[in-house]
Amino acid sequence: MSEIKKQDDNVIMEKIRKDILTPLTTFPLGFKIWVGSLLTIIAVSIWAYTIQFQDGLGVTGMRDYVSWGLYIASFVFFVATALVGMLISAVVGLLGQKWIIPISRISEMIALAFVMMAGVVIVVDMGRPDRLLNLFIHGRFQSPIVWDVTVVNAYVFISILLLLLPMLPDLGIIRNHMKKDLPKWQWNMYNILSLGWAGTPGQYKILHRTIRVLLILIVPVALAIHTVTSWLSALTLRAGWDSTIFGPYYVTGAFVAGSGALIVAMYFIRRAYKLEDYITDFHFDKMGKLMVLVSLVYLYFNLNEFLVPAYKMKTADAHHIHTLFSLHGEYGVMFWLTQTFGLLLPIFLGFFKRFRKPFPMMLIGASLVVGAWFKRVIIVVPTLIHAHLPIQNVPENFTEYNATGIEITVTLGVIAVAVLIITILAKLFPVIPMWEIAEEKGVDIEKDL
Amino acid sequence: MDHNITSGAQSRRSFLKKFGITVGAAGAVTSLGLLNACTTDDGEMVTVLTTDGRRVEIPKSQLKVDTEEIAVRGREGIPGKKFVMVIDLSKCRNARKCMTACQGAHHLKPEQHHINVLRMQNDGRTGFFYQPKPCMHCDNPPCTKVCPVDATFKRQDGIVLIDNERCIGCRFCIAACPYSARVFNWSEPKYVEGDENRVYDVELNVPQKKGTISKCLFSADQLRVGKLPYCVSACENGVYWFGDANEDAVTNGTSKETVRLSSLLEDHAAYTLLPELGTQPSVYYLPPKNRLFKYKYDDEADDWMKQYDKEAGA
Repeated sequence: MSEIKKQDDNVIMEKIRKDILTPLTTFPLGFKIWVGSLLTIIAVSIWAYTIQFQDGLGVTGMRDYVSWGLYIASFVFFVATALVGMLISAVVGLLGQKWIIPISRISEMIALAFVMMAGVVIVVDMGRPDRLLNLFIHGRFQSPIVWDVTVVNAYVFISILLLLLPMLPDLGIIRNHMKKDLPKWQWNMYNILSLGWAGTPGQYKILHRTIRVLLILIVPVALAIHTVTSWLSALTLRAGWDSTIFGPYYVTGAFVAGSGALIVAMYFIRRAYKLEDYITDFHFDKMGKLMVLVSLVYLYFNLNEFLVPAYKMKTADAHHIHTLFSLHGEYGVMFWLTQTFGLLLPIFLGFFKRFRKPFPMMLIGASLVVGAWFKRVIIVVPTLIHAHLPIQNVPENFTEYNATGIEITVTLGVIAVAVLIITILAKLFPVIPMWEIAEEKGVDIEKDL
Repeated sequence: MDHNITSGAQSRRSFLKKFGITVGAAGAVTSLGLLNACTTDDGEMVTVLTTDGRRVEIPKSQLKVDTEEIAVRGREGIPGKKFVMVIDLSKCRNARKCMTACQGAHHLKPEQHHINVLRMQNDGRTGFFYQPKPCMHCDNPPCTKVCPVDATFKRQDGIVLIDNERCIGCRFCIAACPYSARVFNWSEPKYVEGDENRVYDVELNVPQKKGTISKCLFSADQLRVGKLPYCVSACENGVYWFGDANEDAVTNGTSKETVRLSSLLEDHAAYTLLPELGTQPSVYYLPPKNRLFKYKYDDEADDWMKQYDKEAGA
């Protein structure tokens, strides 16, 4: 009996290893073209940034009134999307949902890449990046920016742990089985990162306990990172930002952006690595339902955020509401397009089973991500256009905001770096936790490592 | 607080007077004490006052400015003072001498306003008026609260200053200021001749620095030597009163007349801007009633940027 079981286990593990580890050894043309185009975008954006570094932020469309633009909007977007790591592994995972196992690592990779880029884009936005260290030399604990730096770094740290620790058994498998299939440096990397994993019952016990602690820890940290990000706006006295629900409004919006990004990543990774046996239609269906749920919650916060001031129409709020609601307002068209394609339409389509299939879900996910980015522009910019006092005695371009080519190029470059990090992580490491899949299938994993 | 002032008004005022003189004298000596002699070298001779009150002649090359001391006193402010400004809207005719003087003193570009005269109308039926808008030097400043590096700070004399050598250019203070009082050096600032070698003065924000914030300083450098702010002295129409709330006295920049601050505010029903935000400004406005000048609507003449270009062209 046990002999048969052992043989079965070996067959299952053999298939899992073959399916999930093959992408580690191959570098097909499509992958090279993809990485090459990302690197091209990044190279151009580095060139654009050097111009900005030399000439100052004057090369952007930002001026004294609209003094935050695409960069801060992208910062909020990156932090938002990074919350997907916490949503999938911690919130849904801790509720005992097993279907997230094959997609949890992808969500951690997205989280790590995006939160790192959040840190980068905030430096890009600084007028004096050369004085970055002042934050540590002269940091004032009363400033929300110092809180933000603290929690973003904490989230990066926990995200790295949450990516690496659950990967230890997989790294052990690679070390034990792939020595002859891999270049020496690559095998050495896995060997070092596996931290001497031997797969003993004792090690598994510690691993399970540690992951659980991390999953619980990441919930308050993730809430903190995005709540503090919302406070960068909400703690000011400006109509459109001066809101008590900005924290939950941001956090719920983050889940929408994050689930969209995860769906897109799931689709393309599954296609590129032929993982149809692991990321199945069932997972897209589940993600579709989760997406509808978080979008409905976000819709509820949107109703509160916009309709409450729109009912009262206080002077400054009224200006803001008019800018967004009226199609003649400066941001009216963008507002309604964003709300339609970034929220309402995905909710509506998500109700139908036929749209919760991989391809339509990918399109909906992409729509959510693009919508989420524009929504951040809508949150950041229009409020700044309407100061409390009239804008006078300044050039015409001070009264509006038109992002410049350099600004757009740098922003695209930062996004490209985030995508490149995900691409590299998903190339170098198994995107699906092999040991958890095996455990789910009843394989006695403690034996076969 | 009120009770205290009434009961001991006389003695308190005379104390403040003496205190003011002592502090003023100490300030003058300190400012000269900044000039430390160091090396020996031949060249042009200058006369300086030593800390014990003697006049001595030394070579100019021996003068060395103690930049550390300038930075420290710039952060501390002038002890015992609480500077306030009162702006009489009934007198403003949009001459903009204040704006020109200010931009000249602080080496600002035409679009950078430490003080900006705004054309205001509260409601469609109410009259137009001109409203000069400097920094309000709030007692509950939203801008200093959010600064991550203490580059903008509130001094003991009530002035909110900026340290352009520390500012990291995050522009959070611009977002936080409801009065739009802050400007940013988006590109290379305007350099005036001599700025390259000039020691940065935190009380003047000169030379301006790229990638950092700039804003109204109540001309802290002028106050240091007992003068009125640049805008106040430049006004031809008697719009500005400036002084010390602790002394309860403000001086008109045009007529040089000094009056009691409390009576001026009380008699004219003075108000502050956006009081509902709780910022507690140090700048008061006297309502634009019985205006000396009729409002003249002239888009061409009111266009500051156009006027500036015209003058620059001529």
